Amino acid sequence: MQEAPNNTYIKQLANGNTAFEKKLIAIVKREFPEEQAEFIKNYKHKNYMAAAENVHKLKNKIGMLGMEKAYQLAIDFENDLKVEKTILYPEFIVLLNQMEDFIMNL
Amino acid sequence: MNCIIIDDEETARVIIEQLCDQVENLDVIESFPNAIQAIKFLNKNDIDLIFLDIHMPDFTGFDFIQTLKNPPKIILTTSDKNFALEAFEYDCIVDYVVKPITLTRFTKSIEKAKIFVDKVAKSQQTDTIATENTISDTDLYVNIDRRLIKINFSSIAIIEAKGDYIQIKTDTKNYTVHSTLKKIQEKLPDHLFLKVHRSYIIHIKKIIDIEDNSVLIAKDVIPVSRSNRPELMKRLNLL
Repeated sequence: MQEAPNNTYIKQLANGNTAFEKKLIAIVKREFPEEQAEFIKNYKHKNYMAAAENVHKLKNKIGMLGMEKAYQLAIDFENDLKVEKTILYPEFIVLLNQMEDFIMNL
Repeated sequence: MNCIIIDDEETARVIIEQLCDQVENLDVIESFPNAIQAIKFLNKNDIDLIFLDIHMPDFTGFDFIQTLKNPPKIILTTSDKNFALEAFEYDCIVDYVVKPITLTRFTKSIEKAKIFVDKVAKSQQTDTIATENTISDTDLYVNIDRRLIKINFSSIAIIEAKGDYIQIKTDTKNYTVHSTLKKIQEKLPDHLFLKVHRSYIIHIKKIIDIEDNSVLIAKDVIPVSRSNRPELMKRLNLL
């Protein structure tokens, strides 16, 4: 994945309101690992429809981090999972790890 | 304009709250993580606008809309563009925004919603005025021999039930109309007319004097039933 996550959207949204920025980051730091773990659990159990739901939810955070190509990857992977296609899994896992590193260092 | 937010993802709720904060005259009343809680809230509160996530576990945004009898205006918030067509099958949905939502897109959406909300408010206002007019207008029309004759309320002194007919006695003329006291009472302004007996409605401003069980209006003595007397006394400007 060539694209790097960024916090441009969060900064624009906060519009200088640092209290909001901190609050949002704290929520994302709490929610993201839960969503990531839920996805991995469902995927490992071959519960692909539930995993597709998890990917759907993760899309919002991918978009928030300004990752347009990754957003499209998530759309494709979500659709694939609904028909039990898993070819994009490795690429998606790399993306999740990349996001995790970025979020935890925010 | 007031609004609520329904989204199972806290990040999304907080982002929409922040966007709402940046728009004038838009108050977030409450945020809900699921539609069920929102339904309970909507049963007790009037809301102009709902930001609604479509993709929620158990109960989707569309399920939620279908439970509402008179849904407020709704802006759908979603990470999925595929629902756009379905969304516009609902009259209450004014816009469809894809996450992550930017302030520019959000502001456009609010402007759209405002037009719809204002329209609803105006039509409600018109309805109220129309209803008020029907009740408090200055006259009514009665059908006599296939002619509609206008009678001013101020000219009516007594209305008397006569079998299947009522007789409307005005200052100048009497009209016999096929109707009931109950029907005409619904058309008369309450503050001017009172049913004093099962067969009589009177114009209370035309009372000349009152005895124990009767009132004098013009040259007519009208009986007052015991049960209606207290209300009559209440309406009079007694010294």
